[in-house]
Amino acid sequence: MTHASTSTSAPIATDGFVLHDEDRAAIAHERDHYPHPQAASIEALKIVQKRHGWVPDAAIEAIARELGVSPASVEGVATFYSLIFRQPVGRHVILLCDSSSCFLTDYEALRDAFFEHLGIGFGQTTPDGRFTLLPVCCLGACDRGPALMIGDDTHGPVAPEEIPTLLEAYA
Amino acid sequence: MSRILQDRDERRPETHPLTFRLNDDGTPVMLDDYREQQGYASVERAFRDLSSKTLIEELKTANLRGRGGGGFSAGLKWSLTMQGEGIPRGYIVCNADEMEPGTFKDRLLLEQQPHLLIEGMILAGFANNAYQGYIFMRGEYVDAARTVQRALDEARAAGWLGRDVAGSGWDFDIALHTGAGRYICGEETALINSLEGKRANPRAKPPFPGQSGAWGKPTVVNNVETLCNVPSVVLHGADWYQGLSQGKSGDGGTKLYGVSGKVKRPGLWELPMGTTGNELLERAGGMRDGHTLKTWLPGGGSTGFLLPEHLELALDFDTIGKAGSRLGTGLIAVVADDQSVVSLARNLEEFFSRESCGWCTPCRDGLPWSVKLLQALEAGEGERGDIDLLESLAVDLGPGRTFCAHAPGAAMPLASAIHYFRDEFERGVTRGQGAAHADPIPVGSV
Ligand SMILES: Cc1cc2nc3c(=O)[nH]c(=O)nc-3n(C[C@H](O)[C@H](O)[C@H](O)COP(=O)(O)O)c2cc1C
Ligand code: SF4
Ligand code: FES
Repeated sequence: MTHASTSTSAPIATDGFVLHDEDRAAIAHERDHYPHPQAASIEALKIVQKRHGWVPDAAIEAIARELGVSPASVEGVATFYSLIFRQPVGRHVILLCDSSSCFLTDYEALRDAFFEHLGIGFGQTTPDGRFTLLPVCCLGACDRGPALMIGDDTHGPVAPEEIPTLLEAYA
Repeated sequence: MSRILQDRDERRPETHPLTFRLNDDGTPVMLDDYREQQGYASVERAFRDLSSKTLIEELKTANLRGRGGGGFSAGLKWSLTMQGEGIPRGYIVCNADEMEPGTFKDRLLLEQQPHLLIEGMILAGFANNAYQGYIFMRGEYVDAARTVQRALDEARAAGWLGRDVAGSGWDFDIALHTGAGRYICGEETALINSLEGKRANPRAKPPFPGQSGAWGKPTVVNNVETLCNVPSVVLHGADWYQGLSQGKSGDGGTKLYGVSGKVKRPGLWELPMGTTGNELLERAGGMRDGHTLKTWLPGGGSTGFLLPEHLELALDFDTIGKAGSRLGTGLIAVVADDQSVVSLARNLEEFFSRESCGWCTPCRDGLPWSVKLLQALEAGEGERGDIDLLESLAVDLGPGRTFCAHAPGAAMPLASAIHYFRDEFERGVTRGQGAAHADPIPVGSV
């Protein structure tokens, strides 16, 4: 990867937060897809999140500087979108579909089994830092409901008793 | 991975323009395979024989209606895009945000046949004089994003995208934009804000995107499935396309129909537009043993409930509209006799309440209120007057009272659930009228 299209070669540091060189290059690459750099805000947040697991406040400042837009604008975007995490999350994020077709294929039993198995509710992380559990809109996997995602993988249909085996693959 | 539940023998080029190339094992059809099966032939035809005007005329005559849920004529939409002397070239935006509860059709096309979408977008770019396309894809579709990106790279390397597309002297490129959640991003003006890197609040219309959309330029927003229909219209003509619906509907073409819920074989099929609900349910193997059908949603969470007797209707925009619902995305969800309509309505309104962007009062405050009332009825703790209150909330959420169609989408299943299953709601009323009814709008917890 090159830095050819980034505007400055000095590392951008805010509050001890430094954007990784590779991430700066990736952000610059995304920025080139649009007539205005602000459009790369969401991609930039996702790039930072991919590396750190979540988006700390200091990263907002760094992204804003990198794109030449106001921190308030980046912050506004970061808080609006549900897949941008503003708090630390577990190593694996479980997105459990709670929409109507999964509801009709016994989502609620699956949800309760997850609560019980992990000992946490929605929006929480297991004490060992392994899993964060979140509800999500219809995953477009309604023919396999109840459906869920763990990291990048989509699973379904998942029965409550399959949870322990399913989670084994995610250390 | 999504699967089409029709074997290759059934899916023929003459009858299944959307899916005839799909591999039975679900692996994506990439450029070489695609080219061998009429791939990009419509682009060659357009450059050779058509102008923007004649292409749009063809599309209008074909009566291809928007597959994102609204059913607006694609040809008519394109004829309203501003173009000409002094007007900047703008954008084609593919709406690949698919989040409508019960909808899993665009995923199939994105994961398994990305070049068909690219081909459709090139034609849209040509017809609407755009210079750049964006595919706005929901963030959760990670496999689809990888496949589409690979296809974009292939198409660019082969000269179908970029400068001087296929030697035509015309430039057009496409970039993939992936989202970060929130259902409201699928609303076309919210989508444009999101594409620009802003919060996804809808914009006021007019101006319509075709006049002033992304970065103030003319912008055409179309659904994945809509765009995937364009190549066959251009290649084979409007009459051929009209004939695909076999007289089952005044609308042209085929539709990716689907069934979810407690059926034996949930899935997706490409069938003539206007296929009946009965035929769909039959393809899905009927209800699972021990269940009978109570009610169904014809095309997503924002469509109205219908009864088993409505299964004999043609699943097209006008027919389902006349029956008091909407075709929506055309993927039906079935509700079994032992499943509670009150609970399902509560689930749907929780969804709409959580996904409201919070801009307008009826949507921001009315939806959480409807959830509270539904929760009480579900728990058998409803008060006299609650059902009337829900009905009046549904009116307040209805068309014309809010900034975008999110609230009317929430109102439709609610109003129709009460209309058809009032007795189920009434069973939840066990108390007299309490203080809750004194306040017009309670403080909502959004
Ligand atoms: C709340 C809301 C969500 C929507 N989500 C989608 C979506 O995910 N995909 C889609 O194609 N259209 C969606 N639409 C419809 C779009 O606003 C727009 O009408 C559509 O993309 C136009 O494409 P078409 O004419 O090809 O159907 C949504 C509309 C609303 C009000
Ligand atoms: S209707 Fe709802 S989602 Fe649409 S603009 Fe108003 S508050 Fe936002
Ligand atoms: S409703 Fe759960 S995947 Fe569609």
